[in-house]
Amino acid sequence: MGEHGTWFDYLNRFAWWQKFDHWAQEMLGRKSGLKMFATGWTLTHVLITLVVVAFITWGALAFLGGTKSADKGLVPPRKMNLRNFFEVLAESLYGLVEGAMGEKNAPRFLPLIGALFMFILFNNLFALIPGFSAPTDTLKTNVGIALGVFFLTHIYGVREHGLAYFKHFLGPSPALIPLMLPIEIISHLARPLSLAVRLMGNMMADHKVVMSFFALVPVLVPLPFLLLGLLVCGIQALVFCTLAMVYIGMAIEHEEH
Amino acid sequence: MKRSSKIIFSSLTSLLVLVLFSGLAFAQGGEAEAIKAQGLASNYGLIALAAGLGIAIAALGGGIGQGRAAAAALDGIARNPGAADQIRGPMILGLALIESLVIYALIISLLLVLKVGA
Repeated sequence: MGEHGTWFDYLNRFAWWQKFDHWAQEMLGRKSGLKMFATGWTLTHVLITLVVVAFITWGALAFLGGTKSADKGLVPPRKMNLRNFFEVLAESLYGLVEGAMGEKNAPRFLPLIGALFMFILFNNLFALIPGFSAPTDTLKTNVGIALGVFFLTHIYGVREHGLAYFKHFLGPSPALIPLMLPIEIISHLARPLSLAVRLMGNMMADHKVVMSFFALVPVLVPLPFLLLGLLVCGIQALVFCTLAMVYIGMAIEHEEH
Repeated sequence: MKRSSKIIFSSLTSLLVLVLFSGLAFAQGGEAEAIKAQGLASNYGLIALAAGLGIAIAALGGGIGQGRAAAAALDGIARNPGAADQIRGPMILGLALIESLVIYALIISLLLVLKVGA
């Protein structure tokens, strides 16, 4: 199957876009020896990410509009519109965060987990629209998100426990340090990698399945696979956020005596 | 065994042996350049076999694991139908975590498939 063109490829007809593309490619060092895998250079995933962020911002502004005015905010409208959709989403996300992290911590972590969930969900959904691909099926986007979560767990842990947070790596007794320390370091390093690769693998495989059925029989057969794709998109966003909450929870939990 | 199934079994086994050992035939030098001229890596047969078998075994293990997780969840729901909503969440999470191991093997298989070409 491989990569296919997206609607954003029509931007290449404009000379200003080509100049911007070349400039970005040189600025980010793609022409020097920094390449790990011999992947082609595209800015498509950045563009789709920008569209997703714009959509989320639009929805957030609609939500805010509902909270500001006293009469519009009380009565839910009869039909589903943008404000309604984001209200439902925000409330279910609050329920999710409260279930995993407890009632006290939920308002503190709702912005992070909610933003992660919406970002990943809407990015995943782009894979199902014909003519687009998901930014989350590239390792570039996913490693960015996963590294963000990784650094945030340690920052939250240090904020909660002070520098004694790093004693968690040493295990229960000093005699076990040469055993526990490498194991803990490796398991901590494997976490962002597994988060990124899980999301990338699921999105890439799902996209290829949908594409291959589109290529075979374009008319009605892809429909169950599109439904499966919807399910996979939602579940992968949920799993990413649940794991992020578990890691942050483990970093800030206090020992029960 | 019946005679017809014996014939089928023996022919399939000989075909499998032929496919497995034909990769060794390409270890000779002159053949390698001819293959490179086609745009393939010199041991493309082994690489392709590894890619196929890798994902097949991973799918086998993943299927068994997910089957056990789903069976346990269904048992729980059968014992206590009111808890179905509570069981659904951890079941989905468990299934996704088991599936992620299969996805890691898929990534390796895809990397191998990309190496079949030179």
